[in-house]
Amino acid sequence: MPIYTPPVRDMLFAYFELNGGEAIRQMPGYEQLDRETLTSILEEAGRFVSERLLPLNRSGDEAGCNWNEGRVTTPEGFKAAYDEFIQAGWNSIAFDTDYGGQGLPKSLHMLVDEMICACNLSFSLYPGLTNGAWTALEDYADTELKALYFPKMAEGVWSGTMCLTEPHSGSDLGLMRTRAEHQEDGSYRISGTKIFITAGEHDLTENIIHLVLARTTDAPAGIKGISLFLVPKILPDAQGGLGEINSLSCGAIEHKMGIKASATCVLNFDGAKGWLVGEVNKGMRAMFKMMNTERLATGIQGLGIAEAAYQNAVAYAQERLQGRSPKGAQQPDTPADPLIVHPDIRRMLLTMRALTEGCRALSVWVAQQIDIAARSPDVVERREAEGLVALLTPVVKAFFTDCGFEVANLGMQVFGGHGYIREQGMEQLVRDARIGQIYEGANGVQAMDLVGRKLPLADGTLIERFLLPLKEFLQLTEGDASIAEFTTPLAAAGERLESAAKTLLQRAGDDPLESGAGAADFLQLFGLTALALMWARMALIGLRKCDEEEPLFYEAKVRTARFFMLRILPRSEAHYRAIMAGGDCMIDFDDRAW
Amino acid sequence: MKILVCVKRVVDANVKISVKADGSGVELANLKMAMNPFDEIAVEEAVRLRESGKADEGVAVSLGINACQETLRTALAMGLDRAVLVESDAELQPLAVAKLLAEVVRREEPDLVIMGKQAIDDDNNQTGQMLAALLGWGQGTFASQLVVSDGEIEVTREIDGGLETLAMQLPAVVTADLRLNEPRYVKLPNIMKAKKKPLDVIAAADMGVDIQPRLTTLKVEEPAVRSGGVKVADVAELVEKLRNEARVI
Repeated sequence: MPIYTPPVRDMLFAYFELNGGEAIRQMPGYEQLDRETLTSILEEAGRFVSERLLPLNRSGDEAGCNWNEGRVTTPEGFKAAYDEFIQAGWNSIAFDTDYGGQGLPKSLHMLVDEMICACNLSFSLYPGLTNGAWTALEDYADTELKALYFPKMAEGVWSGTMCLTEPHSGSDLGLMRTRAEHQEDGSYRISGTKIFITAGEHDLTENIIHLVLARTTDAPAGIKGISLFLVPKILPDAQGGLGEINSLSCGAIEHKMGIKASATCVLNFDGAKGWLVGEVNKGMRAMFKMMNTERLATGIQGLGIAEAAYQNAVAYAQERLQGRSPKGAQQPDTPADPLIVHPDIRRMLLTMRALTEGCRALSVWVAQQIDIAARSPDVVERREAEGLVALLTPVVKAFFTDCGFEVANLGMQVFGGHGYIREQGMEQLVRDARIGQIYEGANGVQAMDLVGRKLPLADGTLIERFLLPLKEFLQLTEGDASIAEFTTPLAAAGERLESAAKTLLQRAGDDPLESGAGAADFLQLFGLTALALMWARMALIGLRKCDEEEPLFYEAKVRTARFFMLRILPRSEAHYRAIMAGGDCMIDFDDRAW
Repeated sequence: MKILVCVKRVVDANVKISVKADGSGVELANLKMAMNPFDEIAVEEAVRLRESGKADEGVAVSLGINACQETLRTALAMGLDRAVLVESDAELQPLAVAKLLAEVVRREEPDLVIMGKQAIDDDNNQTGQMLAALLGWGQGTFASQLVVSDGEIEVTREIDGGLETLAMQLPAVVTADLRLNEPRYVKLPNIMKAKKKPLDVIAAADMGVDIQPRLTTLKVEEPAVRSGGVKVADVAELVEKLRNEARVI
């Protein structure tokens, strides 16, 4: 069975030493979150997920969910584990204390979430969707709706879903057809079919609160005619308990490549009773704030999988004896040397490590910016944080999920033939990771959002939110020879990013196809540059601290940073050249020749 | 009834340890530490007695360096009410621990003391027994079941031959074995609540107890690597090898 040791030390490093954990503690409501408290929380969470959720990952994958006459059952053990999970309060970490949540920062929530995803990605999606539904309701549902639904959602006995996709309408939400008919009493009747609905129906909770995008009668066509509705599976009665069953049903569940224990449902709404959330035709606006946290959360899924793959690959490479080191036998007493002596294995392991730790460092930065945007008393600080979050969340979503898949595949490769065998658990990580690149906004769409929507904002200056800290760091370390091996490649990457951004903005004016042509490469360039900034900063801390304490830990930071700069960051040069080459070569292809 | 639970901060059970190069001890720097698993069981038992109303106060005590406060906070998060750290940077051997605990007992006056049967770092399995003897109390060691009634307890002990059940008057010392219970997972709200529960620190030097070590460690080494077995042709050859090679008969 796969192993998992909660990476608490690295999480504490990313939270307090690399990023602004102390600053978060200064914010109202977060005073308790010193290093000791965070350590306790992360250790206890890590203990729970590795002891209770990890053992269910393989069995859940083999069994999958079961659909029978509209009822869906999750694999054996999931219900018991879910009950313990919510009793321990792990489901409501970031929920408002007014409704029974723990009221802790998003940046702490994301760290716990990473561990849940690493141990059992399918399981993580049930509380994960409740989180998404809550975030959408938070700013736009009226107090009455919140009073009725939030307490039980915080308790975890009512879960949530996000119902957007229809058979003909996925990336293009403007095409959706689900209708909402206004009723005399102020509610609506929702009719239509939604597909690919995660946790749409299951046996973990007594009620499911669906958030459904639909068109009201006479709504304008496209995105501008979509409204958001709350449609409960079971209508609450006058006391706020369970009343009548609503007219919606689960028509089927999907049989998927991965996340097999996650119930992916077809939901049929048949005049189901629902209530408007926010304003009519402003449904997409209600989704946008939720989208930021959901993008980060999806990126975290990739990160969790990557960490799980990395740990298992390292353990295997240290034990498995095959061949001899090119330098001569390193363990002459055994029939062969452990895999870890081979350069190609070390290349794969360090690639996995550099991407995983780099993504973790970046995830904490972005998550803390989300906390600052929500809670800083300084309005300028809030606005700047919002800008950085808006800019980076598409990068986090797409880059981290790409990394998750790449690292999972490398992990499987390290296992050789045994990696292909289901019992080992490595191929499951690959299958589970793959969806992250597709759902919650396919990665190509994220790239389009980055280049088409985010770059032009604020007269094309939004990217400064990222370039400024990068340049500040370079200024801070100017002339420091000990750090030059990290800051020189970082500076070069920053220049490429800035140049590519300018070029794409210019070209967008002349040719509407150019943004789309350069978007995917630009996102990769951005992700690599962001990781380069993280690694340069980590290297600086490592160099300063490795003589004082924990030499192994801090030296490893310096060496991984070195590997990243020399062997991974060069990918950014290739992406840059591809962007600069322009899109004509892909547009000018005769459509008859496909 | 008031319960005193003794908890020790030890190297985490999952960590691979190694011996120091000079053979003077185990390399402990920067290793992940945790509450001794048998002490977790002791804490769990005490918390259950609190929840059932049989006990009205549960106090956790630990002895050692300042970092032991983390272990005490975990005990508080599991559900105990108060914690005491007897702080010392010195090496504390079981006799010294037992003497210090005896002094804590004199101050706290618990009806029941529960601790793990042994710590997983030194595996001494002595402290509970010594403490009972110093106090002149009954002891129920290797407990796999504990039943508390008015002023008296019944302890089922795991012994070599099976199970033995003893009854004894309170106050008494009980040491917890593996099957006594399964410790709960700590809940997030309780981690936050634990920060507000009282944790007092007293210096071991102020306890008026002689904590001088009585034992000196001469050498620590890893167990010999297992060598391959040898097939013997008959019993005569077996006896010969046992006598002349293994030298055990």
